[in-house]
Amino acid sequence: MALAWEQFRLERKMFWRSPTAAFFNFLLPLLLLVLTASVFSTDSDELDVLIPGIAGMGVMATTFNALAFNLTFRREQGILKRVRGTPMPVQSLLGGVLANAVTNAFVQVGLVVVIGHVAYGVRWPADWPLLVGFTLLGVVCFGALGVALANAIPNFDSAPAYVNAVFLPVIFISGTFYSTDDLPALLKGIAEALPLKHLIDGLSAAIVGSSVDTLGAAAVVAAWALAGGVLAVRRFRWEP
Amino acid sequence: MTAPQDGIVRAVADVAIEVSDLTKSYGPVEAVRGLSFGVERGEVYGLLGPNGAGKTTTVEILEGYRERSGGEVRVLGHDPEQRDRALAERIGIVLQSSGFYPLLTVRESVEHFAKSYPRAREPGETIALVGLEDKANARAQRLSGGQRRRLDLALALVGDPELVFLDEPTTGFDPAARRTAWQAIRRLKGLGKTVLLTTHYLDEAQALADRVAIVKDGRIVAEGAPAELGPASSSYRVSYLSDGRRVEHQTDDPTELLARLTRDALARGERLEGLEVSRPTLEEVYLELTAE
Repeated sequence: MALAWEQFRLERKMFWRSPTAAFFNFLLPLLLLVLTASVFSTDSDELDVLIPGIAGMGVMATTFNALAFNLTFRREQGILKRVRGTPMPVQSLLGGVLANAVTNAFVQVGLVVVIGHVAYGVRWPADWPLLVGFTLLGVVCFGALGVALANAIPNFDSAPAYVNAVFLPVIFISGTFYSTDDLPALLKGIAEALPLKHLIDGLSAAIVGSSVDTLGAAAVVAAWALAGGVLAVRRFRWEP
Repeated sequence: MTAPQDGIVRAVADVAIEVSDLTKSYGPVEAVRGLSFGVERGEVYGLLGPNGAGKTTTVEILEGYRERSGGEVRVLGHDPEQRDRALAERIGIVLQSSGFYPLLTVRESVEHFAKSYPRAREPGETIALVGLEDKANARAQRLSGGQRRRLDLALALVGDPELVFLDEPTTGFDPAARRTAWQAIRRLKGLGKTVLLTTHYLDEAQALADRVAIVKDGRIVAEGAPAELGPASSSYRVSYLSDGRRVEHQTDDPTELLARLTRDALARGERLEGLEVSRPTLEEVYLELTAE
């Protein structure tokens, strides 16, 4: 546990030294929020879709994308192999890395909520515990899937292709920028099967109080979390 | 009753590494084919051999990175395959190549890795031990190749290990950097550490190792102290010039041969031009043993 905390502190230190990580984790989602809100959304109905959507995308970017890049890089550089030769337990290493992603995700969701309220007049979240609960569930789910994806990525050069091949289509069909009600049936079906739409639904219920089957949404995200967790652990690769 | 038991206990305590009949296959490729050797505590032991001889595979089995296909292995009394934390706390590993967190400074890296050991060496002292004081505040990504290798060594030593694995510690170094690295490795012996070193540089094995095993195609083809290895495995060489051409003789008893050669020469009223008596160097033994 003490070592997980040490790893977490290290991750925070390294995060703030990397402008690229800070950009992709924080600035890009916020930029998309501000641009989309400025260009398309003038009425509050659309903002009620956009704010939870960007929050959900932020959760995915700070966990799924960040971990897939990060672990692929560390594996290719031989950093994972080095750590494996020390007494640092795997749980402490991954615990510290995940805690870092959790922190980034919560900061991201917090920023989106605050900007939504201050700049666009979206009311404060209707249900704070639900917001925290869904953010946490989303972090666990996309964190596990990010590690699982890292296991499948052959090398760091190809990591952007793998990550974006998943991330970009998923954010477009999962109701990040517009409601999934308007999607063609096929895309809607795919989005229903994937976790991001359900995370956004849960965040939407928490932030703007939309009527959503929160238990059903949580169940889908939890199922993906479980599948991702199994793949993350079983297929973990320490060396290229 | 107690005497033999004491003997066993002491024998076990004196041995750092024991390998018997170790084999490792990758699919149809047999990388290691029945290696046996032992390393005593406080000893610097060298595995010397060409690339692809199976040195790294052997060392990575001892470090716990790979599972063996057959044979027995003990490292400080543990089976490394079990990956006991208690063993990891007592060994230090310099891999052939491994990376650093690029955004951390030398000092931050050493301090971070120190945290996972129960009896860590003081980080500043560790940095001084490898001669990186000047670079303590430089980020790992800004270090030169030789400096990176010294940081590798610092990270392997920060846990104050009893046993240090060095896999080709100076490959790619210029001669000056290599001398510096050798000094650091000699210092380990001075600190009472056991060192298992792999190298494909003969002079490195000669300069550093108490005992050397020459490895070829996954087997040990010769073993012994570097100085003994030469004469024990080959004979003396006597050569001289006859009509401008060099004539060579191999013999186990140069005294008798020289007496005969000089007597004949004197009888002919000639001189033995360019007479040389030499023992094969370790290099010659090595090249002979590892020749394709």
